[in-house]
Amino acid sequence: MPLLSVDELSITFTARGRRDVSAVSGVSFDVDQGQVVGLVGESGCGKSVTSLALMGLLPKRGVRLGGRADFDGTELLSLSRDKMRDMRGRQLAMIFQDPLSSLNPVVPIGVQVTEILKRHRGMKGEAARKEAASLLDRVGIPDPTRRLKEYPHQLSGGMRQRALIAMAVACAPRLLIADEPTTALDVTIQAQILELLKELVDQEGTGLLMITHDLGVVAGLCDQVNVLYAGRVVESAERRPLFAAPTHPYSHGLLGSIPRLDAPRGERLSPIRGSINDRIAWSDGCAFAPRCDFYTMECLTGTPQLTEPHAAGHRVRCVNPVLPDAAGAAADRTEAGA
Amino acid sequence: MSTKTDKIDRLAELTARSETSTGASLWVEAFRRLRSSKMAIIGACVIALFVVLAIVGPWLAPYSAEAQTWRNEVFRNQGIFVGPRADNWFGLDHLGRDEFSRFLVGARQTLLVGVVATLLGFTVGALLGGLSGAALTLGGRIGRRVDTVVMRFIDMMLALPSLLLAVSVAAVLGQSLTTVMIAVGVVQIPIFARLLRGAMLAQGGSDYVLAARALGVRRRRIVFSQILPNSLSPVIVQATLCLATAIIEAAALSYLGLGNPDPAVPEWGVMLAQSQEFFDAAPMLAVYPALGIIITALGFTLLGEAMREALDPKLRS
Amino acid sequence: MLRLVIRRLLQLIPTLFGLSVLLFLWLNKLPGGPAAAMLGERATPEAKARVEAALGLDQPVWVQYGRFLGRLLRGDLGTSSQTGQPVVDELLLRFPATVELGVSAILIAIVVGIPLGYFAARRRGSWLDVTAVSGSLLGICIPVFFLAFLLRMVFSVHLGWFPAFGRQSTGINATEVTGFFVLDGILTGEFDAAWDAINHLVLPALALSSIPLAIIVRMTRASVLEVLGEDYVRTAESKGLSNSVVRLRHVLRNALLPVVTAIGLLTGGLLSGAVLTESVFSFGGIGSFLKTAIDARDYPVLVGFIMFIAMTYVVINLIVDVAYSVIDPRVRVH
Repeated sequence: MPLLSVDELSITFTARGRRDVSAVSGVSFDVDQGQVVGLVGESGCGKSVTSLALMGLLPKRGVRLGGRADFDGTELLSLSRDKMRDMRGRQLAMIFQDPLSSLNPVVPIGVQVTEILKRHRGMKGEAARKEAASLLDRVGIPDPTRRLKEYPHQLSGGMRQRALIAMAVACAPRLLIADEPTTALDVTIQAQILELLKELVDQEGTGLLMITHDLGVVAGLCDQVNVLYAGRVVESAERRPLFAAPTHPYSHGLLGSIPRLDAPRGERLSPIRGSINDRIAWSDGCAFAPRCDFYTMECLTGTPQLTEPHAAGHRVRCVNPVLPDAAGAAADRTEAGA
Repeated sequence: MSTKTDKIDRLAELTARSETSTGASLWVEAFRRLRSSKMAIIGACVIALFVVLAIVGPWLAPYSAEAQTWRNEVFRNQGIFVGPRADNWFGLDHLGRDEFSRFLVGARQTLLVGVVATLLGFTVGALLGGLSGAALTLGGRIGRRVDTVVMRFIDMMLALPSLLLAVSVAAVLGQSLTTVMIAVGVVQIPIFARLLRGAMLAQGGSDYVLAARALGVRRRRIVFSQILPNSLSPVIVQATLCLATAIIEAAALSYLGLGNPDPAVPEWGVMLAQSQEFFDAAPMLAVYPALGIIITALGFTLLGEAMREALDPKLRS
Repeated sequence: MLRLVIRRLLQLIPTLFGLSVLLFLWLNKLPGGPAAAMLGERATPEAKARVEAALGLDQPVWVQYGRFLGRLLRGDLGTSSQTGQPVVDELLLRFPATVELGVSAILIAIVVGIPLGYFAARRRGSWLDVTAVSGSLLGICIPVFFLAFLLRMVFSVHLGWFPAFGRQSTGINATEVTGFFVLDGILTGEFDAAWDAINHLVLPALALSSIPLAIIVRMTRASVLEVLGEDYVRTAESKGLSNSVVRLRHVLRNALLPVVTAIGLLTGGLLSGAVLTESVFSFGGIGSFLKTAIDARDYPVLVGFIMFIAMTYVVINLIVDVAYSVIDPRVRVH
């Protein structure tokens, strides 16, 4: 049985006097112990909202949640505020995108680490400080006792993210959610942070839900990948099959827009045209259709369903999928169309 | 061919349906949000009413505002004030003048004091702040020096409580309506100067200015055609808010005996200040002009706050 | 810390120097010149000539200014034309009353304003929020002296709950130690005197607190709203911390930073308000003294008052700056 099982999750923003806005609908995925699952997509596709919903961090007013999210027998979406508060930090922990703004600027790092130990592990005074120092040490922060007294602005970007990770793993949570943990960091630091996360997952058996737009991160870290577009999973597969045969035109386009060293010289990149704002409602058809090179009138008749067009466990939400044998031909067609 | 146009048409239609218009300019969008703000509408209505009153008030007044028509009646009463009645809707003041007529006529003077004072504070303050901001943005040692000198001067003005500043001005210029306007305006100078300078510095550090500089646009041109226009919105908001405080400050000056020395000319601040002497006997004489001042000040404050919210990029969703 | 204080004190010198130049010019520009300004407008020509000679008005302007500055530095602000007493003594005599009033008003504003602003922000759009916002708008728009008159009429003239004027009832025979009547009463154990002094303080302090209260409520509300949207608050929530820790350590501590600065800037306005409030309640502080000085065109008092107030303002803002650097670690480094 998976550690976290999300089933048909939907998130709708309801503001008085405005139309309801559906941010996420019908999203399902599982995370096993020790498994790294990626939620991939452009900004605005609903991946961060999904993570906030799982953490119970969305405001109660103005948000309607649907579906289920089963965390080892506990239904997260309907959990009371206080119960959720007990879960957060202890069972589920989260790492955010921008380490500087995610740390309280006027409170020393030490206090920000020990407060979670005090809350969930009942530690006090010197014991908590010692544990905090060993946590910082564990995430690779040198001279931890001195760092505990410092403020976030005195740390480098990588150090800050390490400190945030130390807080997240302080109570050995069973599920870690990382929302673009490396986006705000330098490339060299990015690799170090990813390495650290991988170590933690391998050593502790923590499940990791990795939210990112960076396919490099996915390729290096994720076991299972879910590609999100406009609030729905459009493709879901294990890492290797996905990279070998991206089947939804969107994933296909995402991979096609990355420069490759092994591509023949002079070959042009094939970026996806338009932006996520050029979309239609899922109820009218495929939201990606306005940007898609392969769409037909069929794409505009109702929401396409997730199917497994060519391999078991490789699910795709598309009526005209880019099948592996046709991929080369499709690429040619793209060239001709452009 | 026909299926292709069909496809395009259908897509265009669907896309248009699910998409809200974007790309409206800052001011257009701010105005759109102002229109949907209750605060802004109430504020604008109050201001409109006040301005109309200031224009037509003197013609609406049933009696002369300056003639002591019922003087004898008031003196016969010996300290008992004549309250509202059919002939005099707001009653009579301590010299037997019709309070309602004075209230109507007084709106014009009140508006005049507020507007002239704020215009003065705005002009001088924006010049000083603009000079300081431009000097600092243009850079160089001279630029920094100019900024330091101007800002020290502004700090000095800020170190004085507003009323004292006004008192000092009034002491030099003597007592007159002009003095009140200047005194109230002078108090606002540092506010506008600091605000414009701060906004210009913030704009000067922004990416689009950096981009313009990278493109080789001359600094002077950037300052005057980009930074300055973009820094004006907080200053305009402040001007709206300052109109409210100007009217209140003018009333306070009148209360301190530094207002318009001609007691015959009705102005709400003067009326309020004069009526304080008889407050225990005839509180309503104070309440009418006070309500006038409070409601007008509220109008300007509401509109100003709504404008601030509409223009604040942080609050834009 | 010490470096900050010293640097700020050094920055003061040009400001105060400039102020003294302005005041000097101002005195010279007054109708009738500085002699008339010192003696009052009805001075006899002989007296005027005597003062002019004593002031060295026949000498070059910069010498005159030097003397003026010398006297200022020695703390000699001249003699009041109303009472014939040295201005400094007159001001020092009345200073405690104004400080007592101002501190009470600011305390009311802080104690009521910060929680009100905080809860208004937490329950945005609720009746509490609407009341707090409209109340603070109204607070800014009511002329202080009118509010003072209104409070006095309702709560002392009509209801008789509080005394209508002064700092002390006539029957009370309190021992004076510091000049702060409430403090004196507590220090000497004369609690009835302290209670009497508090009763006298309530209405003027309420009237005077209206504007600072309104501003603190609005600033706290806006600041809390902004902080609530910050990433670090979300981080704190994601750690499952208790409500009180999130609110106090992560929300309020950050939200109060701009409010602290605002409190420093409010003091200038507070002194203006004190002039108006004190004169309505005949409170006997430097505010009411200034009102009579304005009426009597007692210029030495005005000059002294301005220097005095500028110093107070500057000192208060220095304290605020230091306090700010204590609560915001980012300032300490730079």
